[in-house]
Amino acid sequence: MPLPESARSLFRPPFRNYQFDAAYDEMFQAPGVPRPHYQALFQTLLELPPEEMRKSQQAADLSFLHQGITFTVYGNDEGTERVFPNDLLPRIIPHHEWRKIESGLTQRIAALNLFLEDVYHRGRILADGIVPRELVYSCRHFRREMRNLTVPRGIYVSICGTDLVRLPDGSFAVLEDNLRVPSGVSYMLANRKVLKKVFPTLFRDYGVCPIDHYAQALLATLRALSPASSTSRHEPTVVLLTPGVFNSAYFEHTFLAQQMGIELVEGRDLLVHDNVVYMRTTAGLKRVDVIYRRVDDDFLDPLCFRRDSGLGVPGLFNAYRAGNVAMANAVGTGVADDKALYAYVPAIIRYYLGEEPVIANVETYLLTDRSQRNYVLEHLDELVVKAVGESGGYGMLIGPHSTAEQREDFRQRIQAEPRNYIAQPTLSLSRAPCFLEGEAQARHVDLRPYILYGENVTLVPGGLTRVALRRGSLVVNSSQGGGSKDTWVLRA
Amino acid sequence: MNQRMQTTMLSRVADSLYWMSRYLERAEHTARLIDVDFQLRLDQSPEAGSDRWWRLLEALHAPVPADGKIDAATLTYILTLDKTNSSSIISCVTSARENLRQVREQCSSEMWEQLNRLYLQVNSTTSNEAWLLQSYAFFRAVREGAHLFQGVTDSRMSHGEGWQYIQLGRYVERTDALARLIGAYFRRLPCLPDQAAESEEYLEWVGLLKSCAAFEAYCKRYTAELRPLRVAEFLLLNPEFPHSVRFCVDKVHAALIAIAELTERKQDLPVRLAGRLQATLSFSQIDEIMASGANTYVESVRQQCSQAHTAIHQIYFDYPVESALTQ
Repeated sequence: MPLPESARSLFRPPFRNYQFDAAYDEMFQAPGVPRPHYQALFQTLLELPPEEMRKSQQAADLSFLHQGITFTVYGNDEGTERVFPNDLLPRIIPHHEWRKIESGLTQRIAALNLFLEDVYHRGRILADGIVPRELVYSCRHFRREMRNLTVPRGIYVSICGTDLVRLPDGSFAVLEDNLRVPSGVSYMLANRKVLKKVFPTLFRDYGVCPIDHYAQALLATLRALSPASSTSRHEPTVVLLTPGVFNSAYFEHTFLAQQMGIELVEGRDLLVHDNVVYMRTTAGLKRVDVIYRRVDDDFLDPLCFRRDSGLGVPGLFNAYRAGNVAMANAVGTGVADDKALYAYVPAIIRYYLGEEPVIANVETYLLTDRSQRNYVLEHLDELVVKAVGESGGYGMLIGPHSTAEQREDFRQRIQAEPRNYIAQPTLSLSRAPCFLEGEAQARHVDLRPYILYGENVTLVPGGLTRVALRRGSLVVNSSQGGGSKDTWVLRA
Repeated sequence: MNQRMQTTMLSRVADSLYWMSRYLERAEHTARLIDVDFQLRLDQSPEAGSDRWWRLLEALHAPVPADGKIDAATLTYILTLDKTNSSSIISCVTSARENLRQVREQCSSEMWEQLNRLYLQVNSTTSNEAWLLQSYAFFRAVREGAHLFQGVTDSRMSHGEGWQYIQLGRYVERTDALARLIGAYFRRLPCLPDQAAESEEYLEWVGLLKSCAAFEAYCKRYTAELRPLRVAEFLLLNPEFPHSVRFCVDKVHAALIAIAELTERKQDLPVRLAGRLQATLSFSQIDEIMASGANTYVESVRQQCSQAHTAIHQIYFDYPVESALTQ
């Protein structure tokens, strides 16, 4: 049978070596047949000389380097700064798909906030046996100090970054929630800036939803948390608390502070007096109402949490308890993004909202359960094992890509501390074309939209599409050879 | 109507900008002094040169070698690439960059790039015989790097509070460095103030003027006839020359007034201290200064300058919490 016209074009550059496998392909519905919303990009790429693309890629890389859009890789001798690789081919999401993502994530953040409020107060969901008590209390991120503490508007998670993956059947599933200090949003904004320069006409013709209002929306969200005691003064003072220059996300901290027009402070710039937080300015002490903190719970206040923390502010937690300062996210939200608790999120949604989850979870094995554990230990070579409290792609075993030695290591670790691990089937993440080595190649991608919860829930259309740039790799984390690309959500 | 916006500046940020500026000025000053010394040495007998080295060490407040012996190579190394000397050029440029790095979001990207480039250039230099002979190019690069940074700063950064701290740092540092340098000359060099200097001595006064980048400007003002008294008058009291003590103190005073207005601080100790020093300099007579000894005079300038520095620290950067709460 002769190939259809469009399929023949598949074998033209830059798609000559484009690979298909069982994974869902974001661009093609069948080899050579692009999905309708990718048609225009496909056509543009066929007409564009690869040389042109290569030049654009070089210009983009250079611009990232000069602006210092870098992250720090831990574990080397000294923190090495690296440019976060950016891929020029946009990932396109049709409007109706985005609507579903939006409603699913809105539902999820609402339910998780109700859960946190409940867990730190009456604990109905525990009493009703929906979520096991020991699971919550054994969580490393559960903060006893938060019991019966009222947070502004009852909002615990104001800024959330949820990782979504697309399964082979084309549906989205939640891979994990990041409810502590999700990062990456600056790359989302930087990618957009670059892409608008590379594909101005295409961008305009596609009708892409803008994302530039993120900083403003974030500021509004943070201001909405301003404690009642400070409403008499007209504008609440919001600051961004960073661990400092050596943090891997320092660039993002400076970027967001600059975009919002707020002060970027370190722990040593703040002090607490009579349970009120002040920052030290040249004009004297200035009261702080809301802290967007990019410092982990553990390091916030040496009087309350880790004593050896030099990053924190002594007395901060007391000021927080007194209701004189708000923090985003609240302390103790990590209990809800524990990877073992994740398995209960669908039940949590049903419990508080009486609704079915709009976006499904990924099947998860809890290793505290004997039969599930046995199954996992027998199938280590097929599954992905993750440490419950880790993020950033650290502490992970990918069964099919692992060595016998690594599996043995995880077997022992699981048996020693089953609560510390979960297992999931190895997912075939969807693939999207990336411009690599002068041609389009398929790589696995995920999607991290950012959800803001203040006066109301705001999702900036799109998010960070992370790419596993190594051929065949399933790990998209920047620390593990991942990159990112711009995400276009279409207006209609 | 007052168009000035009340903005917030963290004390840490102000402190970093101030010190960044001081370190860079220090690097530039050191480069200029060694460079001038290098040029003069070519015209002089070895003994005269060795005298000047001691003066140089004193002027730069540099550590004296443990064995008390100095030669050109050691001296140059200590003052330029020795990382263990906290006032060497390499240490100063590194400290300046480190300070700016922590407040990057406060400055323009051109400023950062400029200082970063200078840092990379200085750090890629290795000290060896060949470099010592070619060090002229190195000093030139440091001076030009510092000048470019100053130009970019003045044209790319808002002349608001942050810029005022940069001004303040530069001129506090320059006042102190100039006073120290002038003091070292008048203490160590016997002279007849109101007579034209001759031969070896003449070269020394040229050296002092050139070390202050002031030789050409001096000649314009007083002709090429060098009299120690006039040199002192020019370097101490001239209100128009950027490397005179009077000029620097004027700038310090102006920056402090601007900062006091911007921050609306009621505590005006730094302004008063700088104002008093400025008044002293504007009403001093050079013959009176010489009569009581130029080095005594510059010592008092340095003292007052250091009082102002301490006051700036105590009022703006590192004030006790109690005082801030009762304001």
